[in-house]
Amino acid sequence: MSGAHPSHDAAHHGAAHADHGSTRSYLIGFALSVVLTLASFGVVMSGLVPHDLMMPGIIVFGVAQLVVQLVCFLHMGTSPSQRGNLAIMLFTLLILAIVVVGSLWVLHNMNVNMMHPTSKMMPVE
Amino acid sequence: MGSTAVRVAHGALDDVHGGGVDHHHHDDGSKTLLGFWIYLMSDCLIFSGLFATFAVLANSTAGGPTGKELFELPYVLGETMLLLVSSVTFGMAMLNMHAGRKGRLLAWLAVTFVFGAGFIGMEVYEFAKLVHEGAGPSTSAFLSSYFTLVGTHGLHVTCGLIWLVVMMDMVRRHGLDDANRRRLSCLSLFWHFLDIVWICVFTFVYLRGAI
Amino acid sequence: MFGKLTLDAIPYHEPIVMGTLAAVILGGIAMFAVVTKYRLWGYLWKEWFTSVDHKKIGIMYIIVALVMLLRGFSDAIMMRLQQAMAASDAAGYLPPHHFDQVFTAHGVIMIFFVAMPFITGLMNLVVPLQIGARDVAYPFLNSLSFWLFVSGVVLVMVSLFVGDFAATGWLAYPPLSGIKYSPTVGVDYYIWSLQLSGLGTTLSGINFIVTIMKMRAPGMKLMQMPVFTWTSLVTNILIVAAFPILTVTLALLTADRYLDMHFFTNELGGNAMMYVNMIWIWGHPEVYILILPCFGAYSEIVATFSRKPLFGYKSMVYATSCIGVLSFVVWLHHFFTMGSGANVNAFFGITTMIISVPTGAKLFNWLFTMFRGRVEYNVPMLWTVGFMVTFVIGGVTGVLLAVPGADFVLHNSVFLIAHFHNVIIGGVVFGVFAAINYWFPKAFGFRLNEFWGKASFWCWLVGFWLAFAPLYVLGLKGMTRRMNHYANPDWQPYLIVAALGAAVIAVGIFCTLVQFYVSIRDRKKLTDPSGDPWGGRTLEWSISSPAPFYNFATLPQVRELDQFWEDKQNGVAYVQPAKYEDIHMPRNTGVGVVMGAFGTVLGFALVWHIWWMAAAGLVGMVAAFIVRAYDRDIDYWVPAAEVEKIERSRHARLQQVQTTQVAPVAAPQRQKVA
Repeated sequence: MSGAHPSHDAAHHGAAHADHGSTRSYLIGFALSVVLTLASFGVVMSGLVPHDLMMPGIIVFGVAQLVVQLVCFLHMGTSPSQRGNLAIMLFTLLILAIVVVGSLWVLHNMNVNMMHPTSKMMPVE
Repeated sequence: MGSTAVRVAHGALDDVHGGGVDHHHHDDGSKTLLGFWIYLMSDCLIFSGLFATFAVLANSTAGGPTGKELFELPYVLGETMLLLVSSVTFGMAMLNMHAGRKGRLLAWLAVTFVFGAGFIGMEVYEFAKLVHEGAGPSTSAFLSSYFTLVGTHGLHVTCGLIWLVVMMDMVRRHGLDDANRRRLSCLSLFWHFLDIVWICVFTFVYLRGAI
Repeated sequence: MFGKLTLDAIPYHEPIVMGTLAAVILGGIAMFAVVTKYRLWGYLWKEWFTSVDHKKIGIMYIIVALVMLLRGFSDAIMMRLQQAMAASDAAGYLPPHHFDQVFTAHGVIMIFFVAMPFITGLMNLVVPLQIGARDVAYPFLNSLSFWLFVSGVVLVMVSLFVGDFAATGWLAYPPLSGIKYSPTVGVDYYIWSLQLSGLGTTLSGINFIVTIMKMRAPGMKLMQMPVFTWTSLVTNILIVAAFPILTVTLALLTADRYLDMHFFTNELGGNAMMYVNMIWIWGHPEVYILILPCFGAYSEIVATFSRKPLFGYKSMVYATSCIGVLSFVVWLHHFFTMGSGANVNAFFGITTMIISVPTGAKLFNWLFTMFRGRVEYNVPMLWTVGFMVTFVIGGVTGVLLAVPGADFVLHNSVFLIAHFHNVIIGGVVFGVFAAINYWFPKAFGFRLNEFWGKASFWCWLVGFWLAFAPLYVLGLKGMTRRMNHYANPDWQPYLIVAALGAAVIAVGIFCTLVQFYVSIRDRKKLTDPSGDPWGGRTLEWSISSPAPFYNFATLPQVRELDQFWEDKQNGVAYVQPAKYEDIHMPRNTGVGVVMGAFGTVLGFALVWHIWWMAAAGLVGMVAAFIVRAYDRDIDYWVPAAEVEKIERSRHARLQQVQTTQVAPVAAPQRQKVA
């Protein structure tokens, strides 16, 4: 908690503070993001990566970039001042996962059980 | 984000918060930024619904064109870079806000606007081209969900651009008072958040589609 | 110029609708005349419409909800009447298309425009008072939420007289709700009224989370919040997490209808079951959004009228939180019959059974609170006990439906109708009436009449069972829901009994209206001079009734749960501070009303495809918001002297009460904890 009070002042007086980020942290974040973006696109575009590894590859690089931007641009972290927001975000991610994974699971099973195999891809009209 | 943002938003989950006595007096910042963060999370869930729909319908091309046939990855890489740069320039703007440098703040906001507008311009052109090629949103469930997901993101960026203009005007009029700092911090959160959503878009829509 | 809107949109040929329209117009003119005659417009505008006071906003929510309850209930009566008549050769009096709109409107109105505003209204009224705050975190946003909700209400009501309403069932499943099978504007009214009010709901959800997180009285820890505040917190978290999904789902349906997209259509790869899936990801948390604050209200009432602390406060909090999370993993039980297969159905069947466990734990908590308490059976307590009995039975039938095998038999039968009315009437409606009776003095400064309150309760309880017990039987006999006509004459006697039940409930609603009338008439006799009419435990009872506009002259210091009760025990509950301070308050604003009005214009224009008007509505909304953002004069200070004057008269009244009579506050009883 000790960090909370000085920063409160900082917020009010506009003094620089680590939590505002710094030119350096933004540039590091930018550099990492550029590298990870190029890596993601490279996985698919370069033709050097085996087909089976493409999907895991872009997911890994994508998640890595998410983390980089959360830390460097949004200043997320585990400091006491950030825990509340982090907790809210983790809860959101839980719901997000339930929505996306749940929908995929439920509808995939329905498609398997209920859809006529040939009608699935068939254009109508 | 500032920083003010999340920083002050502490206390949110703390057991005791002091300052109850004067919380009406000056510190709307902490409340506003916590509220805005929660709003962003709810917005995040709007995108989760769109992503879920896209995921379910991604293969429902109904005999129409697929992502692999339509997406031009170099073009998408260009869009991505524009948005990424705008995210950093916004960060520069916020650093200048905290340092109290109004002129530079406005300049960086203007730069951010240019990059953001460039992104929107590219997206509009991309959409127009797809529609022109006969791959519009009415063509298949896949394209409906593609246009809606990417379009919703674009709509958010557009709203961000309008907000940016309003904020530049407000800063010009009222200077860097508490209200403007608070609002810029919120806008900063919003802008970075949109870049984060875009990471998911290019990963799960464009790259996955092109595999 | 006017899109799809022509004079033909007004249903001249429907005598029922035209009769209602005439009544509404006459009633409207009469009300307009009365307000004008007594020069109340200025008062209403200044004191109510533009108010950002959470108490007044809460009261307005509840008034609108009561009005809409009458509308929704008339739909119910129409359905019961039709089904009581339309057996074998008889066709009844409602043509199918009209009947379909009636049951759709009934469901939509009862959930979105009755239950939701009741809940939001109660939270507005009570939560800031319970946590010792002077207002909500964003008072203007609160006003805006209310007026957005009202614009949704206006759209639904307009649909009755201009055009038609959806005839699709309350969740508007596609492909039926798609443009191909519902080409009229009914579904569009449905979509835009829900989007507008849903936006308001989401905003007020954010508002309340921040209020509860950031504005608690000094010293109040999370585990010292009253249970109602806890349940409100969880409900608002659910609102913020679930309503975005509703927004998306309806937006995709809109894209199908307006932009010729293919999310849920039959052709070009659309998947209607995705809609069903998504809408229930919102829909199941929604029922917990409605019931949790009611659980909170029951908890407060049981503890107060048993004169004991709530049994198992912590388990109550944990149960509420568990329900909050679990409510997101049970949605598929609404469509077991979709055919996702055994694994999926088993998973959701089991989670559904699990979620009944914390709810059961709560019931035991209430029972143990009553155990060996000095239970006082007044109106709020009667509703509570009625709820416990009714809700348990509803819960049991719910667990029965959670068994996928049983659900295949009972799905979409009137057994299901009986089940969810059993939990929603027995849980939410009873809870709302209990809460209104309980907190009414805090809002208006006088209690509600007991006799008419009891009469209302007994009519509702008996009427409910008369109306819905037959539906359980009919469901088992195989009657499906939403039938305009049926061939099996065996069913008719049951449906006649059900119609009688609805009539008894109508008497109950009438009793409530009489209760309001009689109580207002006798307000001197029913006055609550102490501010603590029931011997309450939580902070809202420590201030005067009605609460002063600034709520708390000095913010209370909190060290434990039920601080006010402890203070009363120790004789320090009403200590006046040595010195009062200036109080900072938000200024009233009309921007919420203006934005709501533009919202209504926007919604109406979109329904009828009047694009220029839609653009005007949207621009108006955004512009009003930006203008508000430029306004720097949004608050003011109440001078300490004024606060002191108000508080002195309050304490003088208090003195009088304590000396002239043995008020409930003056007779504290320490109870053994069970």
